[in-house]
Amino acid sequence: MYEAIRRNKWRSFLLVFFLTLFLLVVGYVFGHAIGKGEAGGIGGLGIAGILAIVMALVSYYGSDRIVLAISSAREVTREEQPRLYYAVESLSLAAGIPPPRAFIIEDSAPNAFATGRDPEHGVICVTTGLLDKLDKLELEGVIAHELAHIRNRDVMFMSMVVVMVGVIALLSDLAMRYFFWGGGRRRGRGDSGGQAGAIILVAALLLAVLAPVIAGLIRMAISRKRELLADAEAAKITRYPKGLADALRKLEYDTEPLEAANKATAHMYIVNPLKDLGGFVNGLYSTHPPIAERVNALMAM
Amino acid sequence: MGDALAIVLGLICCLGLAIVGGIILMYNGLITLRGRAENAWSQIDVQLRRRYDLIPNLVETVKGYAKHESQTLEAVIAARNTAMNASTVGEQAVAENALTQTLRSLFALSEAYPDLKANQNFLALQEELSGTESMIARSRQFYNDCTMDYNNKIQMFPHSILANMFHFTEREFFKIDEPEARGPVHVSFS
Repeated sequence: MYEAIRRNKWRSFLLVFFLTLFLLVVGYVFGHAIGKGEAGGIGGLGIAGILAIVMALVSYYGSDRIVLAISSAREVTREEQPRLYYAVESLSLAAGIPPPRAFIIEDSAPNAFATGRDPEHGVICVTTGLLDKLDKLELEGVIAHELAHIRNRDVMFMSMVVVMVGVIALLSDLAMRYFFWGGGRRRGRGDSGGQAGAIILVAALLLAVLAPVIAGLIRMAISRKRELLADAEAAKITRYPKGLADALRKLEYDTEPLEAANKATAHMYIVNPLKDLGGFVNGLYSTHPPIAERVNALMAM
Repeated sequence: MGDALAIVLGLICCLGLAIVGGIILMYNGLITLRGRAENAWSQIDVQLRRRYDLIPNLVETVKGYAKHESQTLEAVIAARNTAMNASTVGEQAVAENALTQTLRSLFALSEAYPDLKANQNFLALQEELSGTESMIARSRQFYNDCTMDYNNKIQMFPHSILANMFHFTEREFFKIDEPEARGPVHVSFS
């Protein structure tokens, strides 16, 4: 499991590196195609970038409250839910982080998620269905997976990724507008760089169409790597990989959709709460690896 | 000639600065890891204290229902006091094991008293004690994790040189002596 932790850390780092590189390439190609002296365009990009960062900061600092409110979750005490309380308390001792606050959603569909911008503001939220349907070792596996997300600061990590993807999408959008509305004006001034200029223009057009899709795919790949990382760390925290593997199988076979979840919050849960998987986009465009892959990785530890 | 000398001197200075900086970073890293292991060790004591605090309550509750079991109750109290007064790590480990054993026999005898088993206070204490037991186990696990990180680091080159110079010594792992305590407890109903 130490090997799995190291490997998943390295791979998600590599993906973030590629995403940053991609962002720079996109920026460079568009900048080159649109040309110098377009102070207005660059100013626009700056404004778009600042907007994206402000939005990311708001979601970074407020996401826990927003998510808990739309999921209609409420905080529970030790007296109410001793099983949940002791699982969270003892496993956060093993994980070496302050115990997060425990929340509950009244729903018989078994599921769980974690949020909070850093380990000091950690929140773990489970459904009543999860507490009813899992035994102690399985519950500990799920809680440990969520604690690993909190310890890895995955909320911060993924919001950074989302910002980069968003900036790439904004850049592409602006470039598209420029090609439609501003391209003719520039050609009229006659400062085009001949063949090289034409090649870059074609590349920029292609990128403007493809960049948002590629960035989105990289984002999903990063998310899947972070899930596998959290699984591997959960195995280290509980010292019992089979507990989480059994829990994941149980959650997969449970067909009931979670009513409190929607498309905006679905990616946060330990397994997809919407139960509407299917179609060929499933593999590349999902935030979580298939359950079978996660179970196999856990059983190999 | 003068230029070449200046360049060489500049390079030597840069190299020297880099080495000093690296040593400072490594030294601080070792301090952090050692501090983490020490803190993890004191966290175990926090959990043990929780258990000591719960025991008098438990004994009082059981007394009300099972007056004839004073021997077991006294054994629990004695084991608790021995564990609290243990002076060395080894002594404490032995005393804690004894305490766990006496608590187990206390909960085993409670099976014979239906009134006691129905008592809300008793049930809550039982729940809290078993929760505390798992917290003790998890804090020991975290101590061992921190100790492993620290021990590995001070053996690795180049940290090993610094560790020798500044007397960073290996920490001991927490070991559980009784073999049955390693695995889960098996309960048979035959």
